[in-house]
Amino acid sequence: MAADGTPLLELEGVSKRFGPVQALDRVDFAVSAGEVVGLVGDNGAGKSTLVKAIAGINPPDSGAIRFEGREVRISRPQDATELGIATVYQDLALCDNLDVVANLFLGREQVAPGPGRVSRQLNEVKMEHETADLLSNLAVTIPSLRSEVGTLSGGQRQQVAVARSLLGEPKVVMLDEPTAALGVPQTKQVLELIRRLRERNLGVVVISHNLADVFAIADRVFVLRLGRAAGEFKAEDTTEERVIGAITGLGEGRDKNQTSEEGA
Amino acid sequence: MSASQAATAEEAVERRPTTTETLRRIVQGDLSSVRVVLGLVVIAVIFQVQEDRFLSAENLTNLMLQITTIGLISVGIVYVLLLGEIDLSVGAVSGLSAAVMAVLSVKHGWNAYLAIAAAVAVGAAIGCLQGTLFSRFAVPSFVVTLAGLLAWEGALLQVLGKTGSLNITDPKITGLANIFYSDTVGWIFAAVVIAAYGAALAVGYRRRVTAGLGDTNMLSQIVRFVFVAAIVIIAVAILNSDRGVPLAVMILLAFVVGMEYVAKQTSFGRHVFAVGGNAEAARRAGIRVNGVRVAVFTIAGTMAAIGGVMAASRLFAVNQNSGGNELLLLAIAGPVIAGTSLFGGRGSVWTALLGALVIGSISNGMDLLSLSSAVKLMVTGGVLLLAVLVDAIARQQRQTSGRV
Repeated sequence: MAADGTPLLELEGVSKRFGPVQALDRVDFAVSAGEVVGLVGDNGAGKSTLVKAIAGINPPDSGAIRFEGREVRISRPQDATELGIATVYQDLALCDNLDVVANLFLGREQVAPGPGRVSRQLNEVKMEHETADLLSNLAVTIPSLRSEVGTLSGGQRQQVAVARSLLGEPKVVMLDEPTAALGVPQTKQVLELIRRLRERNLGVVVISHNLADVFAIADRVFVLRLGRAAGEFKAEDTTEERVIGAITGLGEGRDKNQTSEEGA
Repeated sequence: MSASQAATAEEAVERRPTTTETLRRIVQGDLSSVRVVLGLVVIAVIFQVQEDRFLSAENLTNLMLQITTIGLISVGIVYVLLLGEIDLSVGAVSGLSAAVMAVLSVKHGWNAYLAIAAAVAVGAAIGCLQGTLFSRFAVPSFVVTLAGLLAWEGALLQVLGKTGSLNITDPKITGLANIFYSDTVGWIFAAVVIAAYGAALAVGYRRRVTAGLGDTNMLSQIVRFVFVAAIVIIAVAILNSDRGVPLAVMILLAFVVGMEYVAKQTSFGRHVFAVGGNAEAARRAGIRVNGVRVAVFTIAGTMAAIGGVMAASRLFAVNQNSGGNELLLLAIAGPVIAGTSLFGGRGSVWTALLGALVIGSISNGMDLLSLSSAVKLMVTGGVLLLAVLVDAIARQQRQTSGRV
């Protein structure tokens, strides 16, 4: 099922219940290094719940999570971060009043050596240098690293948020609706950035409503419907119609997805 | 539009900024302080025309002494404002802390420094308590500190007891606001300040150049240095031609510079700005948001206590009015007038000093003209309203033009 060998991240039979609502029902999911998986489904299908389960925000009730082949417990966001799973949320969680460098290093500022935590000076030069290196590696162009993030365009903000998630050198990056509310050229920039994440051999999970975007970047499309896995497609072997069929549970998609699941 | 914008973005990253661009950035970056300095000039001209004692060395020295307490309290207020919060208790806390110091020193014969330390500890403890209540129970800081305002004023009356007033006689305490240094010491002080500032600029500049970060240029550094050096020399010359450089001014400057360093150059300060800008983002970045909040309110309480000690020293007494009247509102108004945003995440500790200068000048000038309290209060209120409007308009403009 994975593109090559053991998947980087693998979920088996993961369930999550919120009161009377079965948000996730025995879901199996996997992403490999150097692979982009598009996670699609209707509102309330469980996409965000799945991502939050992996990110340690809402740990699953049952089921197993394996990371690099070994079984792990992710019960807090820090657990996910330590494993090397980074998440970029839809609201980006950037501080508009701080500049690009400050946002990238927020919570892990580089300081000069010396006694006392409060009195140590921020190493702005080093942080700016590393920011410039990282952004140029990703071919992200920002007019000035010292401009406030609030003054950047939506696409640039998204790129800053993605770049920030890479500072911890993660192995898996999950992006929640990265192209929502972006214009056409900005969407193109962000999709290009996601391709570069794949080139860096990261496992990438992209939640999106926009099937065109998903087909533009994903190697594999994973469909959730009412908390259940409703189909898994190789992007190159399928069509939007079949994916929509799986999302809605109508039409031929339902039958086809069984075969494509086996085929993929 | 977006396509052309992407193109210009790519060009901009390659292009090195020209001198005019850098100059423009200095002006834009420090726009609010430039605005305040212009405001100060206008105030000075108006009062000088009406009353030629205003710019005399004696009056300017008095002005500096008058703003010490407000300036010190404002330093703590700046931190609270950076969080986007408010602390209404700082006036009452300054009065209570000063009363504690006075009672320990006068009635119990404590050593002056121990009494001062106790006062500062009281301020810090109160700030810590209020910060904890605010962050732990998510009660609006406005309400917590409003309760504090009432409670600590009550505590002040309680501590002072029946007499309602205590005269401070210990010269170690009264000296804080009443010691003036000789001309020589004043010039040495000026030389040290200028040298330290120059060294800091040079080190920062060298580091950026060696790291290959070319977006700074020599001219802007020199302009800054000359500007600051000129102000320091003029200020010391004026103070020396009267009674000399007061210890109080040195204390105020030391706190402003030190706390500005903490705000702008340390990770703690960075976290304060982050929490003020987007608390949820700060939390997700792993910052202990509640810890930052408690620390900031502790700073506000501590600075209020230090301001209270200076006020008591200047008056040689603590009474039931200590820390009362309009002290609280002026301490909050000062930084806002000088450009620290009420909405959090924007500002600097320098605005504590600049704002105190603006408010102090207006108050001092109106006193010289013997205007009534009615006029004074209305004018001060008008200036505050104007400053808040400018802040709000600037914020709206950022929101409309910020996102493209």
